[in-house]
Amino acid sequence: MDNKGKQLLNGDEAVAAAAFDAGITLGTGYPGTPSTEILEEFERLGGHAQWAPNEKVALEVGIGVAIAGGRTVVTMKHVGLNVAADPLFTVALMDIPGALVIVSADDPGMSSSQNEQDNRRYAVAAGVVMLEPSDAQEAYEFTLRAIEIAECWHLPVMLRLTTRVCHSKTLVMREGVSVPQSRVPEYVRNVSRRSMIPANARPAHKKLRESLAQIAQWNERSGPTEVIAGSGTLGIITSGISYQHVREAAPEASVLKIGMTHPLPMETIERFAATVDRCIAIEEGDPYLYEAIRTAGIEVEDKPSMYRFGELNIQRVRRIIAGDCSTEAKPVPGKPPALCPGCPHRTVFTSLKALNCIVSGDIGCYGLGVLPPFEAIDISVCMGASIGVGLGLRHALAEPEAKRVISVIGDGTFFHSGLTGIAEMVYNPPKTGHVVLLLDNGTTAMTGMQEHPGTGRTLDHHKTGKILIEEVIKSMGIKNVHIVDATRDPAAFEGLIQSSLDKSELSVIINRRPCLLAVKSIKEYEKCNEQNN
Amino acid sequence: MNKITNIVVAGLGGQGVLKASDIIADVAFLAGFDVKKSETHGMSQRGGSVSSDIRFGEHVFSPMVPDGEADFLVVLTADQVEVNAAALSSCGVLVEPSQVDETKLGNKKSINVALLGTLSRHLKFSDEQWIEAIKRNLPEALHATNIEAFHTAKNAGVTS
Repeated sequence: MDNKGKQLLNGDEAVAAAAFDAGITLGTGYPGTPSTEILEEFERLGGHAQWAPNEKVALEVGIGVAIAGGRTVVTMKHVGLNVAADPLFTVALMDIPGALVIVSADDPGMSSSQNEQDNRRYAVAAGVVMLEPSDAQEAYEFTLRAIEIAECWHLPVMLRLTTRVCHSKTLVMREGVSVPQSRVPEYVRNVSRRSMIPANARPAHKKLRESLAQIAQWNERSGPTEVIAGSGTLGIITSGISYQHVREAAPEASVLKIGMTHPLPMETIERFAATVDRCIAIEEGDPYLYEAIRTAGIEVEDKPSMYRFGELNIQRVRRIIAGDCSTEAKPVPGKPPALCPGCPHRTVFTSLKALNCIVSGDIGCYGLGVLPPFEAIDISVCMGASIGVGLGLRHALAEPEAKRVISVIGDGTFFHSGLTGIAEMVYNPPKTGHVVLLLDNGTTAMTGMQEHPGTGRTLDHHKTGKILIEEVIKSMGIKNVHIVDATRDPAAFEGLIQSSLDKSELSVIINRRPCLLAVKSIKEYEKCNEQNN
Repeated sequence: MNKITNIVVAGLGGQGVLKASDIIADVAFLAGFDVKKSETHGMSQRGGSVSSDIRFGEHVFSPMVPDGEADFLVVLTADQVEVNAAALSSCGVLVEPSQVDETKLGNKKSINVALLGTLSRHLKFSDEQWIEAIKRNLPEALHATNIEAFHTAKNAGVTS
């Protein structure tokens, strides 16, 4: 045995390696577990990568790169694609000569997410080609194939990863995998195919459906499909990480592994199903393959509904095959994550609890304020929702309760999607006013200390334009803007929150103290940037 | 026969679980095995329970060790043994901090690498391969302390 020429990479690193080898013009995205490491690794390898304020902007930048004929990977976690869905559904109709590869990192089992949505549904809904690698080697190869397919059909391609593909290291051989030749970007005007007014979008939609039918045919002939010939009694249709569990749980079974899961190679599936007595679709999450195959009139079994929740693994696949629906052993609960000792959010949540606030929370480390010992957050939905939801509560509740409502949002999340919440607050102020508490710890802490437009540093920590949160908020029309440090003076902080809640005016309180885990690095970056000035 | 070795490393965020599992995966890689390693990131940074699975052999499919099938369970802190006990097979080996004399470590933070020294007694990798894997996964400033921790634990008279 010899691992010469191979590397041990996780799925994220493998995508980055492919992006680098293919000469990707620009990588852009928004940090989110389990996708974050792709752009960081791409930058480390020497690629040009940048964090966008949110996923929608990232995808729009990516569209521009691909229209110019360049290559781009746009990375995000599954829920990020909700934010980017607006451009996604329309860019699918367009003619884009460069390569636009959209990486959606789904999180079945929610290791670090607020839902376990299955983004294969997006590929169908938007009419986008989708590839699903099952390990890091395929993450590398499929990224390159995605670039080829995108440039061949002038369409965006989705690469759907899941947590276990992103964060599992497996052997990767980069040598011997063909890398598509890149071109120098240049602008070629094609208004009817790129400006999606109704007159252009109507024929574009028909064109998209024709292209997808042709790609389905290509997928039948040349797609990344694998057939493992096994027993005639049991056949399993699968994709992504589930394939790996299947091969080990049922080494005797015949297996059809589908690499391009939209559009599906339905004739290949039909032929495979006909060779076995019993055919099961084994897939993590939604019954996506099952529903599509059944709709095509092919006999196939679905996994029992209990296996729709959470990740699959070898044991669960064994149980699916055995039709075992008995209660699964509950794992011994481990220690839940907690706000770090000395974290600036700690004092904040202690105060909010003491003041009996109704707290509309947001997405970030401060989401841990939901858990004991704080139990201070009442509601959390999605990135940026704290402000809108807080305003809604204020509009609906009677005054004494309305005046207990406070929205809590972090600095990274504020730039992601909090700005429009502030616009709403100024435009449609509740009668009781509102209080937004902005926890500015100077970094995107939860995902591992990434930069954002408020830090004044780029993805690789170099100096760039810096947006001052307080100036933006003031200029949007908020008169009561306070900058405080709750850790330094908890009593004054609590007093300010109470007086702001009592006021019936709009207030934004910025609690500014750097994340303890980031403070040392921030100082180093700043020192380095000063020296380079 | 395709015999796969299953190892689970567990502990709390910040203790070096992922680093220890990286080193094990790397030593198997250097020895020429097919190897897969799985871990959970994200919330793990905030001091919660973390675990990482390493599997190596001639050919490995799933990156996850099935419950009750770990040949070795390496736990970095005593209170996480119970949480992860279900991973270990009935004839599996538990490697835990009580098997290492922490007072003999140059730096207590090296407990993760010290436990690899204990683990190494059960695996057929050479010291050179372990040292190479340790070096490849830690910054140079930490090499000496950690290599010493590895040897101290490996050569300790404690039986497991």
